[in-house]
Amino acid sequence: MNSGEGCSEEIPLPSSPRELTQNPLKKIWIPCKNGLPEKHIFQRKVCMTNCPTLIVTVGLPARGKTYISKKLTRYLNWIGVPTKEFNVGQYRRECVKIYKSFEFFSPDNEEGLKIRKQCASAALNDVRQYLTDEGGQVAVFDATNTTRERRDTITRFAEQNGFKVFFVESVCEDPAVINENIVQVKLGSPDYTHCNTDEAVEDFMKRIKCYENSYQTLDEVLDRDLSYIKIIDVGRRYLVNRVQDHIQSRIVYYLMNIHITPRSIYLCRHGESDMNVKGRIGGDSGLSLRGKDFARRLGQFIQKQDISDLKVWTSQMKRTIQTAEGLNVPYEQWKALNEIDAGVCEEMMYEEIQDHHPLEFALRDQDKYRYRYPKGESYEDLVQRLEPVIMELERQENVLVICHQAVMRCLLAYFLDKSAEELPYLKCPLHTVLKLTPVAYGCKVESIFLNVDAVNTHRDRPENVNVHRTTEDALQTVPPHL
Amino acid sequence: MSHKQTKLTQNPLQKIWVPWMSSKLSRRRGSSVPQFTNSPTMIVMVGLPARGKTYISKKLTRYLNWIGVPTKVFNVGQYRRDAVRTYKNFEFFRPDNEEAMKIRKACARSALSDVGTYFMLEHGQAAVFDATNTTRERREIILSYAKDNGYKVFFIESICDDPEIIAENIKQVKLSSPDYIDCDKEEAVADFLKRIECYKVTYVPLDDDKDSHLSYIKIFNVGSRYLVNRVQDHIQSRIVYYLMNIHVTPRTIYLCRHGESELNLVGRIGGDSGLSPRGSQFAGALGKYIKSQSIPDLKVWTSHMKRTIQTAEALGVAYEQWKALNEIDAGVCEDLTYEEIQANYPEEFALRDQDKYRYRYPKGESYEDLVQRLEPVIMELERQENVLVVCHQAVMRCLLAYFLDKSAEELPYLKCPLHTVLKLTPVAYGCKVESVSLNIEAVNTHRDRPAVSACDRVAESS
Repeated sequence: MNSGEGCSEEIPLPSSPRELTQNPLKKIWIPCKNGLPEKHIFQRKVCMTNCPTLIVTVGLPARGKTYISKKLTRYLNWIGVPTKEFNVGQYRRECVKIYKSFEFFSPDNEEGLKIRKQCASAALNDVRQYLTDEGGQVAVFDATNTTRERRDTITRFAEQNGFKVFFVESVCEDPAVINENIVQVKLGSPDYTHCNTDEAVEDFMKRIKCYENSYQTLDEVLDRDLSYIKIIDVGRRYLVNRVQDHIQSRIVYYLMNIHITPRSIYLCRHGESDMNVKGRIGGDSGLSLRGKDFARRLGQFIQKQDISDLKVWTSQMKRTIQTAEGLNVPYEQWKALNEIDAGVCEEMMYEEIQDHHPLEFALRDQDKYRYRYPKGESYEDLVQRLEPVIMELERQENVLVICHQAVMRCLLAYFLDKSAEELPYLKCPLHTVLKLTPVAYGCKVESIFLNVDAVNTHRDRPENVNVHRTTEDALQTVPPHL
Repeated sequence: MSHKQTKLTQNPLQKIWVPWMSSKLSRRRGSSVPQFTNSPTMIVMVGLPARGKTYISKKLTRYLNWIGVPTKVFNVGQYRRDAVRTYKNFEFFRPDNEEAMKIRKACARSALSDVGTYFMLEHGQAAVFDATNTTRERREIILSYAKDNGYKVFFIESICDDPEIIAENIKQVKLSSPDYIDCDKEEAVADFLKRIECYKVTYVPLDDDKDSHLSYIKIFNVGSRYLVNRVQDHIQSRIVYYLMNIHVTPRTIYLCRHGESELNLVGRIGGDSGLSPRGSQFAGALGKYIKSQSIPDLKVWTSHMKRTIQTAEALGVAYEQWKALNEIDAGVCEDLTYEEIQANYPEEFALRDQDKYRYRYPKGESYEDLVQRLEPVIMELERQENVLVVCHQAVMRCLLAYFLDKSAEELPYLKCPLHTVLKLTPVAYGCKVESVSLNIEAVNTHRDRPAVSACDRVAESS
């Protein structure tokens, strides 16, 4: 399904408009003939570009290229743009099984240069396969790419294959930042498993030196026709040149909002609600007694954590606000954090949904991520709705987000890089706080149960998802309730 | 720590849950308005004349107001025109014209003072200080004024050496300026170019080293390159994103609603019905109209609702469906007639008429919610060139309000009749609107603000 920039296709004007049918899973209206869906319609997808995009990192070692590559890839995949990173260092490690020393990277090590060139080519080959044959839309080519010559090779490769190129250069001379990088991600690298810290640091510093002499930074004049962003000093300053399309614009916006200041993000649901207790979904009910107890405990927990400058966010639904009120601190209400809209199924129990809408119930189990409730939303819709929340979370530092089950699953999937298949089944139990702390290339998760009992609202995928299944099969995994 | 659970009550207009405070002194802890920034922000333009500063100022102000950030432009040139009734010639702007310098400085100070009033007394959140601000000295004055008052400062510098762009600017907005009302074209252009020269002598651009502690964006050659330095907060980040997405390439935006729907015919709101026979006729006529316009590279966008898609289908071109373009969710009032709403939810009906912009249907949305939902659509419209948006009444009102700079009060009452295409063309500092009725009868779905108040309201057909 592709759409976007370029000429609009001309289909001969029909004498009468085509019949429409509504896709039962996603509730999308599509043209049909004799009751069968016709050619693919164009549905708004994030990546509005005809050609795949090749993102190319540029920069000396320990400038955050891999950090940026992984983070950007995670973000793009989460918003629905199939993206994959290709780390040339990884290819090198597979080729040269044992890393001896920085000498491998010496500019006059011909053997080394040959191998490194081969690895870059192998990676580019895989890029081509991913973007052309495997349905990828964006590939992140993560390597130093510090010479104009190497970048020209890549640009030619992209031109030959019809890929757009966007460079992301990270420039940083702050020794404190570089040292911290080395500590966080280089010491633990497979290259240095057999070294002690001092040896590793010394060798890595010499490695950086090998690149310095031949480093040609993206130049305002010489590279004025390229599309790129230059990130200077971890985001103090940015130089953006020739953004070509929507996806590049979104990438720039994202890169300009992320930071590396240490902080923690706390995610939790509202306290147990009256609806929860009855086994009903959705609605806008208040907290049960146990839910109120949780709110109090949450307040105590937050106080004990002694978090500087904590921001608290809730949805605009009563149960999250009641929970926040128990904290006695200012909070912000976001409509975007409201629970998934279950449309005609709002306030029903799963048993009632099976009773009144057995087909819908089965479709949901077949593809829980894309399934949209009639007159409601899908997880896919939720992700789009939550994107501004994620963007602001990236900007912020310490934040506590009090939200809902489906919403929390979406946010968690972003931070923990979970796929669309896993997302709707992530476990987010009531009365449990997830503390997320960015570390190295990922996120550390701590789960803290605040010792107040609550119903279980998690419904696993049942074995039988066939539309003709029995009621018993359909309700196999419904958690117990009143 | 209080162990008493605060009761919550739901504000009847916006359906926002707020603590039920018996004590009027306790401040509400929960904010339901997005907190873009905690201090007011001064956005300060920098650049030689004819570099698009006023264009950017006005456009940015329009955008910020639309997304809910009260913003106002302070154009120092305007203050100067008020102070010096008649403009003679470029000599006024010579750097050695002491008399004029005094006046110009006074005008800047006067504008700054008005900025202060706007922030302190009029609840403004952002002020765009539109002037050349080309000397470090002038910028220092602004910075210390902001510092003394606790305002944040964000500079926007526009740098351009392309003589064609500058000539086009002069043609579009300078020749018709009050300064040149009595001049012929060639005289005006010659004088204006000399005016620019006056500034060039003392122009000190923002310096990446000396000014590295300031927050700013430099726009080079109408957006081919940007330099962004020290973005401090959310609002500055949004401003940067917006500036990086706008362009000046001429193009046209067409806005229209779906053809008349089955529910329209019976006076019901919302729902997801198909087109009536007249609606299908409109779709056909729209296709013919679009073809006759011969628009290069036209993008067509619809919502996810059947009636807009059916309309687009008749055009015979590729179209994209945006969920964000769906009609306002009327919650419990979906599929009802206004009479039924009056009968079943008279209080809601009255509240809506009191503040149609902020009023949220129970389990539904408000116009205010709609605007937030539509912001990505506006951002993409800014990036695009020729686009036809087939949408819905409330949605079209929101989009139109953005392009025509309508206030939150006017927005929900903008006239967007069925079977009428609005053709929007950017021109000078604003937007030209052409209303094209495709001559196919349809019901009128526009409901004006009623004259009677809630208390006097007797059920009447609207």
